[in-house]
Amino acid sequence: MRVMAQLAMVMNLDKCIGCHTCSVTCKQAWTNRSGTEYVWFNNVETRPGQGYPRRYEDQDRWRGGWELDRRGRLRPRSGGRARRLLTIFSNPLMPSIGDYYEPWTYDYASLTTAPLGDDFPVARPHSLVSGERMKVEWSANWDDDLGGGPALAAADPVVEKIAQDVRLDYERVFMFYLPRICEHCLNPSCMAACPSGAIYKREEDGIVLVDQDRCRGWRMCVTGCPYKKVYFNHRTGKAEKCTFCYPRVEVGLPTVCSETCVGRLRYLGVLLYDADRVAEAAETEDDTALYEAQLGVFLDPEDPDVRAAARRDGVPDAWVRAARDSPVHALVNRFRVALPLHPEYRTMPMVWYIPPLSPVVDALRGTGHDAEDAGNLFGAIETLRIPVSYLAELFSAGDPEPVTRVLRRLAALRSYMRDRNLGDPADPAKAEAVGMTGRDMDDLYRLLALARYEERYVIPTQAEAEAAALEESVCPVGEDAGARPGPFGEASGRPERASVESFHALRDRQTGGALVHPADRKGRVNLLNWDGQGRPGGLFPHRPKKKKEGEE
Amino acid sequence: MRVLLWAVLPYVSVVLLVGGTVWRWRYDRFGWTTRSSELYEKRLLRIASPLFHYGLIFVILGHVAGLVVPEGWMSALGVRESVYHAVSLYAGSLAGAAAVAGLAMLVYRRRTRGPVFSATTRNDKLMYVLLGASLLLGLAVTVVENGILGGYDYRTTVGPWFRGLFALRPDITLMEGIPLLYAFHTVIGMVLTALFPFTRLIHAFAAPWRYPFRPYLVYRSRTSGPRTRAERRGWEPIR
Repeated sequence: MRVMAQLAMVMNLDKCIGCHTCSVTCKQAWTNRSGTEYVWFNNVETRPGQGYPRRYEDQDRWRGGWELDRRGRLRPRSGGRARRLLTIFSNPLMPSIGDYYEPWTYDYASLTTAPLGDDFPVARPHSLVSGERMKVEWSANWDDDLGGGPALAAADPVVEKIAQDVRLDYERVFMFYLPRICEHCLNPSCMAACPSGAIYKREEDGIVLVDQDRCRGWRMCVTGCPYKKVYFNHRTGKAEKCTFCYPRVEVGLPTVCSETCVGRLRYLGVLLYDADRVAEAAETEDDTALYEAQLGVFLDPEDPDVRAAARRDGVPDAWVRAARDSPVHALVNRFRVALPLHPEYRTMPMVWYIPPLSPVVDALRGTGHDAEDAGNLFGAIETLRIPVSYLAELFSAGDPEPVTRVLRRLAALRSYMRDRNLGDPADPAKAEAVGMTGRDMDDLYRLLALARYEERYVIPTQAEAEAAALEESVCPVGEDAGARPGPFGEASGRPERASVESFHALRDRQTGGALVHPADRKGRVNLLNWDGQGRPGGLFPHRPKKKKEGEE
Repeated sequence: MRVLLWAVLPYVSVVLLVGGTVWRWRYDRFGWTTRSSELYEKRLLRIASPLFHYGLIFVILGHVAGLVVPEGWMSALGVRESVYHAVSLYAGSLAGAAAVAGLAMLVYRRRTRGPVFSATTRNDKLMYVLLGASLLLGLAVTVVENGILGGYDYRTTVGPWFRGLFALRPDITLMEGIPLLYAFHTVIGMVLTALFPFTRLIHAFAAPWRYPFRPYLVYRSRTSGPRTRAERRGWEPIR
């Protein structure tokens, strides 16, 4: 067992109103630059719909994610190492700008500089890629709210997968929104596809990042990612992707998309997992068993063995504590209402979704039935095969069982809480019918309906982690550790461990007799005595002795 | 003039190549990329790019076989002059033609496809001129001198001179009287070498040879990892 911590997200799709605030604030924060005009680290798709980029879920065409080879081992679906290197000079499996959309702006100046006349001046669109005038024909959310009608929605690869008889008239039956960011997978196929090794997963929090100085623009990650959430910056020639707002989460702030979500549908928290079992779980043969396999990788932070192993593997105590309070852990492991997006891609995604019950409720209410009654809802979940099979294609590789189970739990919760709100006694049978207790119901209700900011976002800071590492107890002085210079001078060799250095500094201070080391004195100046005129010696660090030309 | 061309220019170009690459590594790792335009246009690139790159790889292998490997070693391996000549003529022409055709398509694509053209810098244009010239001259050398005119054994003149450069004993007398096409091809090749690290060609040095040997997944600590630049004086982290 090798314990690792992962910052993960859960989105409650019932609450998404498709306002795109997350997308817009994310874009303002991260991709409002030249070269990333077409890039949305966060986008919101209307389902059924083609998504962004168009039909990205059609893996027969784009070949993202992993597949099992003949011997049952994982291999990127776009091909193994040799094939990737031999085909490096062109990559037909990469979407072109037309598959995303050609970004544009308007010549707004014509509105204010047009001469006086009978006609209203118009601002015409022109392309941000070529600079030419263009006709706007597609965008990141062109089919928003089922715009474009059945013609566009029928080209949804998920709809195409659903059985023919179920497909009819689906667009009249239901619609929901799917916000998407990078999945920060446990088994990322973008990383596997990167020839330069520039994409890496951070050991501390599992965030997947692109090292901009190591990326060489081979574009294989764009192909490798089945969610098409790695983008090619066409100005800098480098791959860019969602950063999970790492500068924010490192200091304990939620990501921009979570922070600004008006529906408050996002949850952030830590999950502990066993890194040694990830590959094994991703190699599970049956697509529909991948969801359970992924659950099997997660570790229970309440388990003393796990906590001991976490300490051994360098997961800070603050992170284990956060994992116990984590809303993500609760929704994914305890209540099991959150499901991964397309587990069949075998990337072990770490942004999870609570499937929406609202299509079922709306359909039920439309027929005049009581849409809060558990019996009615359970019946509707069984009968309304269209939403269920669609959701199953998204969240459980086509197996309706997990989706049905989640929807039944949500339905039971709805009915259970209505009793409570109407002053009736709570009916524990409703909870038991879906394998939960009354207490579970209360907790789940609190988490889904009431949870405040600090309950939705339980983010341990990196400072806590680093502070723990600096503690003497964590980092004892070794027997032969001393402040010896390395073989090539003072700064060479391994850096001293903090506690070792403070040990020697303390001893020097106690035995030296001087306030500061005499050698350091000329490098210091008391700014309180400085009148602001001139440059007293020691104001700046002294220049090291002359070095040879070209050496630094 | 001869000293300048055959004894000074080679070293200048090598110094620029090495120095420029080191400079680029230290100060412009962010700019070290293929600068791919595949996002804009894919259909022409699909044919042209592999054609050009594979042609070029074989061209480079041919140069290694012809210039670096001495004639004596080849005959020791049992490769007769006539066999070598035939192989170099036909394989060389084929590889050269592929590279030239690929480059021609790439330049055509660059000129005619709006987004690709607007992403082209002056640096790129200069590089295309030099690369095109050196490829065309190289193809001409192979086809005209070695094919139509019956064969010129550069392995007794250019080859030993090239190897002499690395032994720091450039023998400029060897280069006297070489056909003019050879001279031009060599000079342009050296100029291209000198400019190599300052153009987009530098991406060739990022060839991912380590990729087959690394595990698929890469973990890295938040705090470790390569630094982009040396810490400024006085701003070194406290260790």
